[in-house]
Amino acid sequence: MNSTETLSNNSVNDTGDLIPDESPFAEHWHQLKRSKTAMAGLIIILFFVLVAIFAPVLAPHDPVIQNMEMRKTAPFASEYILGTDDLGRDMLSRLIYGARISMVIGVIAVGIALFFGIFIGLISAYYGGWVDKVIMRLVDIMLAFPYILLTIVIVAVLGPSLTNAMVAIGISQIPRYIRIVRASVLAEKENDYVLAERALGASDMELMFRSILPNCLAPISVQATLGFGSAILESAGLSFLGLGAQPPTPEWGLMIASSKEFVTSAWWIVTLPGIATLLAVLGFNLLGDGLRDILDPRMKD
Amino acid sequence: MDEKKLLSIENINVHFNTRRGVVKAVRDLSLHINKGETLALVGESGCGKSVTAHTINQLIPMPPGVIESGSVMFRDRDLLKLPLKEIQKLRGTQISMIFQEPMTSLNPVFKIGEQLADVFLAHQKMTKKEAHAKAVELLDLVKIPSPEKRAMDYPHQLSGGMRQRVMIAMALASPEPGLMIADEPTTALDVTIQAQILDLLTDLKDKVDMSILLITHDMGVVAETADRVVVMYAGRKVEEGTVFQIFDNPSHPYTLGLLNSLPSNEKYSDSSRLEAIPGNVPDLLSLGEGCPFANRCNYADDSCEKSFPHSTCIEEEHNIWCHKADDVKKTKGPKS
Repeated sequence: MNSTETLSNNSVNDTGDLIPDESPFAEHWHQLKRSKTAMAGLIIILFFVLVAIFAPVLAPHDPVIQNMEMRKTAPFASEYILGTDDLGRDMLSRLIYGARISMVIGVIAVGIALFFGIFIGLISAYYGGWVDKVIMRLVDIMLAFPYILLTIVIVAVLGPSLTNAMVAIGISQIPRYIRIVRASVLAEKENDYVLAERALGASDMELMFRSILPNCLAPISVQATLGFGSAILESAGLSFLGLGAQPPTPEWGLMIASSKEFVTSAWWIVTLPGIATLLAVLGFNLLGDGLRDILDPRMKD
Repeated sequence: MDEKKLLSIENINVHFNTRRGVVKAVRDLSLHINKGETLALVGESGCGKSVTAHTINQLIPMPPGVIESGSVMFRDRDLLKLPLKEIQKLRGTQISMIFQEPMTSLNPVFKIGEQLADVFLAHQKMTKKEAHAKAVELLDLVKIPSPEKRAMDYPHQLSGGMRQRVMIAMALASPEPGLMIADEPTTALDVTIQAQILDLLTDLKDKVDMSILLITHDMGVVAETADRVVVMYAGRKVEEGTVFQIFDNPSHPYTLGLLNSLPSNEKYSDSSRLEAIPGNVPDLLSLGEGCPFANRCNYADDSCEKSFPHSTCIEEEHNIWCHKADDVKKTKGPKS
């Protein structure tokens, strides 16, 4: 109950004016700033987001142009700062464009999962009864498949491509969001303010989306942040298996897959995309955990 | 329907089907509220007061709730027969409601100004700016200091009394308020704030010309605000009359017990203890056909267990439902 304690002290300054309290957002931001790991995560994420946005400006070379004379150049040995891969393409540029692809994957996969997860979870929890039972059994069925297997099956049905990989990752993440949304809506809908707003004439739709949903955003945003990281990791996995991005797309997982035989002779071609993936996922996980510490009341002391 | 009557409930029965059986929460209840009056619905916890209130604006969760029979006439329409859409239009415009727990009855993630404006926007065509101006106006009406600033506050930044004022403001956010249902509006508040809120309600009632259905278990609140009183016990109406009739000439044994259990200054001077009604409220699952108060009543005999009594008229508008009305009248003599 940290937040209410610090917030309800509406102090009065010398002139007698009320000093307004902060909004919940500002309050959480203050708490977040105090968490070093969450801030580290946020900085990493910001770095990747900026790199993704300004990829064309930042990349010194075209990521797909091959320079056959400069194949497998070591890092810091030539104009190619991070070296070149087995086809003489600039590693740095490929990594930079890879960041762009990874961010897009995260946004689309999480977007799909969020959209359906929130909608289905809300309806399931709000209406309850047989609607809830049917939806939850379907979710159970989806969760009964090993997660990566489910994704692979969906890609196999849709056909291997980067877009389909994003859709597949999004779809297989839906059940988690349904469960999280459902759980928090079940708790929220029993609150007096829901009854009060119904007594003031709010319809079911208004109650679901305008009253209850905003109160459930905390756990959803934690899951979305963590889900973003796992979406990046999974798309790298799918591309590694040849089910995601196709050559010559500079996708990190694909870069690892297509150069794995050089792991002893030209380590940087395999290692650098691996490090990039690791950093990006780490950033989202750190931020997600930090958010959970702040937003989940059960984690508070 | 009588011109004077705003709301008239006839013989409603509300049941809840639970795993343990059918809970008869409200039985054969009839009451009416005249225009511009405050009707107090009195009784102890679990006697069906809130269920009655929720029957009026159809907030009873169904299932497990069932409204078995009866009618709720409001402005010449039977609310029990209206489709949900129509009920939703009435809620918050002609029938509004305030709740017992001001601490939890406001949505924690929205500023109170926004919540108030939303009520306007839900029922009337106006711009957001107009709605906000109206919201501030209402906050002023319910006597919240510096309403422009307070409109920008979140609920957790207000005290309980302030929040209850906001709830009242929300209930007033309508072009034609008719009935306000106040479900124990002061129970969660400090005694000093209680008086303020009750004054405010009475004040507003005259200002905007509405009727109030005041649900309470506090006879002090009743004395202060009500015009007429309906006393309920275990889902049944047991006594009905004007506030003066009820306090000067309580005629049902249960009402007598309720009033005797009030602490009063006289009693303190006698240094006597508070009187309690012996026994407990009966289990609503296993109610028979008899008078539900029989097992706690000093006057009761076998006939009380057999059937629920017909009404006995004590004086004009003052009725009780008791087999032993005459006995009660004789014995309580000096008390009234």
